[in-house]
Amino acid sequence: MNLIPNKWYKILAILLVLYVLVYGLLIDLPTDVGILDETIRNLFYHVPMWFGMMLILLAAWVNSILYLTNPTQKRDVYAAELTNVGLLMGFCGVFTGMFWAYNTWGTPWTNDPKLNGVAAGMAMYGGYWLLQKSVEDNMKRARLAAVYNVFVFPLFIALIYVMPKLSQFSIHPGSGESVNFKSYNQTNNMELVFYPAVIAWTLLFVWIAELKSRYQLLKIKKENEILYSDHLTTK
Amino acid sequence: MKYFILITLLLSSFVDLWAQDETSVFRTSGKIYVVVGIIAIIFILIVAYLIRLDKKIAQLENKNNS
Repeated sequence: MNLIPNKWYKILAILLVLYVLVYGLLIDLPTDVGILDETIRNLFYHVPMWFGMMLILLAAWVNSILYLTNPTQKRDVYAAELTNVGLLMGFCGVFTGMFWAYNTWGTPWTNDPKLNGVAAGMAMYGGYWLLQKSVEDNMKRARLAAVYNVFVFPLFIALIYVMPKLSQFSIHPGSGESVNFKSYNQTNNMELVFYPAVIAWTLLFVWIAELKSRYQLLKIKKENEILYSDHLTTK
Repeated sequence: MKYFILITLLLSSFVDLWAQDETSVFRTSGKIYVVVGIIAIIFILIVAYLIRLDKKIAQLENKNNS
């Protein structure tokens, strides 16, 4: 009996995260990473949170578009739960980033385009969350949330990815003229862990989103059944 | 069979790890392996919990659909 659905990606997620946790801590590092030193290992834990968040929010965005073309309960729930889990990843990214920044730059928050962009972007998703909570009519709520999400995702990407890339100065890697993978030429084997890390963490959080969606769908079904049975008994 | 391939791939990636020399400060005392072990144990327990949760939800789904 196949008790756990979509078993394969879950097994893959477990194995890859285990690989990343173990190998990421033991791998030989490039020697030219400056003040980052051993903390460059955070590349396998902090950075995949952001990549994973973008991928999961992209999936939520696609679900919102699909909801607008063909409104089904499933799409609505998937979009909402993927967004929640995406934001969870985002918060993991923010807090790990603040901790890393405190130990590297000496302050948890700098006025950097990347960091401020993320703060603004997260606030926009706060608006999405509020919208989900504030409309009583379920159909209306689902449609408003979908429309909002369709708008907010491209803006979010512009804020956290495009704008920092265009900016003149940024202390944060991956934006402006700052460091990237290609600056480490000596023993750059970090890609061996980094790319699996992105897949691993994304799949792990997708798993959590799947669990939450299935729980939510069950709950809605149960509530509808109760409503329906009440309707029958009162007649 | 699929398990076997996956596990072989995973293990083969560690081969070059054990071949490395112990020059890094990080690994000279050997204590980092203890930390790695503990992180692995915590992660495995979290995953075990997730799997149990998944099974419970699947059982509910099966009961509701039949």
